[in-house]
Amino acid sequence: MSIEQEVEALKNIPLFANIDPSRLKLMAFASERLIFKEGKELFHQGDAGDAAYIFIDGEADVIVDTDDGPLVVASFAKNDFVGEIAILCDVPRTATIKAKSELVTLKITKELFFNMVMDFPEMGVEVMRVLAHRIDHTTSQLTEARNALADKAS
Amino acid sequence: MEQRLFKYIWKHSKKDQIKILFLVLASMPFYFLSLDLPKSIINRAVDSQNFADINSTLSFMRFELPFGEAIFGHKVILFEGFDLTQISLLFALCFAFLGLVLVNGLFKFVINTLKGQLGERMLRRLRFELTDRILRFPVMHSRRVKQAEIATMLKDEVEPLGGFIGDAIVTPFFLGGQALTALIFIMVQNVWLGVVAMSIVLVQAFVIPKLRRRILDLGRQRQMTARALAGRVSELVEGAVEIQSHDTSNYERAEISSRLGKIFKIRYEIYQRKFFVKFLNNLLAQITPFIFYLGGGYLVITGQFEIGTLVAVLAAYKDLPPPIKDLINWDQQRNDVQIKYEQVAEQFQPSGMIDAEMQRLEEKHSPPLEGDIVASNLGLVDENENKLLEGITFTVGVDKKIAIVGNASSGKEYLGLLLANLVKSSSGSMKIGGKPMAQLPSAITGRRISYVSSEAYLFPLSVMDNLFYGLRNWMIKDSSCLPDSEAELLREKQEALRTGNIALNPNGEWIDFTSAGINDPAELVPRVTEVLRAVDFEEDVYLFGLSGIVDSENRPDIAESILGARIALKEHLKATGEEDLVIAFDPEKYNNNATLRENLLFGTPRKKQYAGNNLLAMPILRESVEEADLRDSIYNMGLSIARTMVELFMGLPPSHQFFEQFSFISADDLPEFDKIVKRADKSSFSEISDSDREALMYLPFDYVEARHRLGLVTEDVEAKILKARTIFAEKLESRDPDAVEFYDPDNYNSAASIQDNILFGRLAYGRAEAGATIGRVMTELLDDLGLRSEVIEVGLEFNVGIAGNRLSSVQRQKLALARSLIKRPDLLILNEAAAVMDSQSQNRLVPSIMEAQEDRGICWTLQRASLSQHFEYVIVMQNGKVVESGRFDELNKDGKVLKSLIDDE
Repeated sequence: MSIEQEVEALKNIPLFANIDPSRLKLMAFASERLIFKEGKELFHQGDAGDAAYIFIDGEADVIVDTDDGPLVVASFAKNDFVGEIAILCDVPRTATIKAKSELVTLKITKELFFNMVMDFPEMGVEVMRVLAHRIDHTTSQLTEARNALADKAS
Repeated sequence: MEQRLFKYIWKHSKKDQIKILFLVLASMPFYFLSLDLPKSIINRAVDSQNFADINSTLSFMRFELPFGEAIFGHKVILFEGFDLTQISLLFALCFAFLGLVLVNGLFKFVINTLKGQLGERMLRRLRFELTDRILRFPVMHSRRVKQAEIATMLKDEVEPLGGFIGDAIVTPFFLGGQALTALIFIMVQNVWLGVVAMSIVLVQAFVIPKLRRRILDLGRQRQMTARALAGRVSELVEGAVEIQSHDTSNYERAEISSRLGKIFKIRYEIYQRKFFVKFLNNLLAQITPFIFYLGGGYLVITGQFEIGTLVAVLAAYKDLPPPIKDLINWDQQRNDVQIKYEQVAEQFQPSGMIDAEMQRLEEKHSPPLEGDIVASNLGLVDENENKLLEGITFTVGVDKKIAIVGNASSGKEYLGLLLANLVKSSSGSMKIGGKPMAQLPSAITGRRISYVSSEAYLFPLSVMDNLFYGLRNWMIKDSSCLPDSEAELLREKQEALRTGNIALNPNGEWIDFTSAGINDPAELVPRVTEVLRAVDFEEDVYLFGLSGIVDSENRPDIAESILGARIALKEHLKATGEEDLVIAFDPEKYNNNATLRENLLFGTPRKKQYAGNNLLAMPILRESVEEADLRDSIYNMGLSIARTMVELFMGLPPSHQFFEQFSFISADDLPEFDKIVKRADKSSFSEISDSDREALMYLPFDYVEARHRLGLVTEDVEAKILKARTIFAEKLESRDPDAVEFYDPDNYNSAASIQDNILFGRLAYGRAEAGATIGRVMTELLDDLGLRSEVIEVGLEFNVGIAGNRLSSVQRQKLALARSLIKRPDLLILNEAAAVMDSQSQNRLVPSIMEAQEDRGICWTLQRASLSQHFEYVIVMQNGKVVESGRFDELNKDGKVLKSLIDDE
């Protein structure tokens, strides 16, 4: 797969949908393409976060350590962007990501990510938009969960 | 060291000086004869009036006793001589002349050589003596001196002394004699004219040196300013980081410029005065003939003087000024070197110099230290009389594990220095085993005690040589002597001894392995490994070893084993299904994970003209590329890369770090390549200029398909590169066979590192786990094959660089600790030796070193008080005084200082 294909993949990711293709190409060029075999971990819960990953192909499970052992809470697939929280606010990884099939990713290091955001503010705005959407989404989920709990209680 | 240069010269070279003086005297008669002989040739042999006819003879080599007639009343003939005809006489006299020329030349040759030899010997002696003094500087003084200044003195400032010393005594005798002869001759002719000539000479002799006094003073200033300049210049180098990071380069420029201005001013004044003195000197020299012409001429005219006498006086006077002039020059040179000598000597006698006797060479093991360390009322003051330590009193066994704690101003560092005998106390006393510390020679303190400071110095040698540095106490065996050079070696030794140097061979066997507990060469690596492990440095050395290079000719055993590891790695990866983590070098295939250059060269360059971008300039490579029809492909790849780079990087500011990290083209060159790409896009292939092509051709050589992913290496390109590779190898084989060591799956590569030899390929790009997995597997394999110690052995050859700058500061400290530990000292003094390490490393290091020291003593001035829990005895210091001491559990209580120090951490 050449860099042009990676740029195509990046275009399909909502976070980068509105960003100029030449910028995406620079990002693809400056980032490392990493392949994870099935069963390999991208990172482990509690690790320090140094990079985010863009999924070009394949699927992965999101696993959280609980008192009853590891629990799969979600899964990611092609065009997902994971691990950005840890590099944005320097917190340890909140979950483990494990490849469910052969997984092709672009590794965006913290340094690269910040460089891109600094140099191309439109990317920063885009990141804000995506994160805001996520907060909105999470908040509504929280409200639903609260209502459900309240319903149960009453 | 003598204060006066002449005393020094006379003391160390009087025999040689007198020898040369006698030689000069012995050469005199021959010299005068050779001056006299041309006259005889003309007057006696050539002039026909002396010979009545062709057969008449004259005597040759007839010797009369000088003044014989006056003493005995008749001529005394010593040798009748030979009677020779005119032609024979001419031949005889001419050959005698030639013989005298030869004799004079030989005299001159021998005398000059002896003078040179004498000068060089004295210079060697002086330099050695100065070095000897540097080695005896007290450490507190060494900390203050500027290295560059000391080096300049030793190297440059004493240099002119060597040239002068040969002439120091001979020249004044010789020239003085000549001048005196001429003066006496004039005196004999006419007393008054003699008096005139002499008084002018006396004026010269008194006035000129007076005028020169200021010049000498300036010379002294010149020397000081030049020396200070050398010191400043070295500061510019040492402080490069500070200067650049604070943008003070222009301040430094101004500072240097002002110094240079000062030096210029001094030197200019020297010239002005020097040439004025010269002018005056010449004037005085010409005053004498002026008086002779005027006074003598008047006397002749008035008939009181004969004209013949005046002519003789003037002829004699001709011989007077040159020796006088030379004498004055000699005197100036004497003053000059005298000043240099005094200036240098002054710098090399700091107060508190270590007595030479204390550093005497002791060719046997020193007795171990036993008993107690007893400090009673120890005090230490600095040069400003500030109290650094005061009233220190304690008694503790030399074999105990002692901790000294206290904050930064507690003076604990000085106590460490006192214990190592590196600093002498100002008051009170310290005894070890009943003997006063101050009287212990370095053969005991330097061997039975080991000292590590917080910033240990490493020598620019290998890890191994640094490790054993502390065991080079005396020469155990002189092993480097080749059988046929024995006589030469003996000569060198005698030469060294006669100039007061040391006659030991630094290349002999110096390392005392038995002190390190190594009695057999086979124990070396295990013992070294043990010590390295104790300071947590073994892994580092192992890694040095992995990236180290071993020549298979020197160590065929290691090469063989490494080759085995290569096969084992391949099999291991195959078994675990991870063989795609390494893309092996295959002579038949293009390696997508290696650069284009590597794929072409397919080997490790041995000569540097085949490395890096140099390779592209090599005609052999160019021919091979041409023959494989690869030129256009490379050009097209270059164009593609340039186009992509222009597209990606054109908008970025030139200082952006992406350029450094990712771009094939530097920010400065990018606009130029932008133009090249535009030109290339507009014109057809054949129209592109050669210079544009050339620029583009350089780009693809660092291109790695798997990493850069521009899709440039097509099947067609691959095939051509493989063809070029074969052609290149064939050409190289015949034209420059040693230039490149080619990759060969079945052979060890002596130009590549151990690691590269085992891997024999490149890690696959894009495989997250590749680096870690291969690293782990490689270590496991080497352990399984029993190769770890071999790799460490290679790592021990790693050169640490100037002052150890190829190591990190932590690594430097670890090596310094190992250097002290391996000596197995009775007392190991660690003066905040672990301060550069993080807390966790310190926590690990303290017990580990305790264990390695076994039942021998340790005295550790700790940066962190809590670490004192590992020690048997704790001394707590505050403001240069011991405030409490005892066992840790006694002191670790509320109300105790130690407790508060620990709580503050």
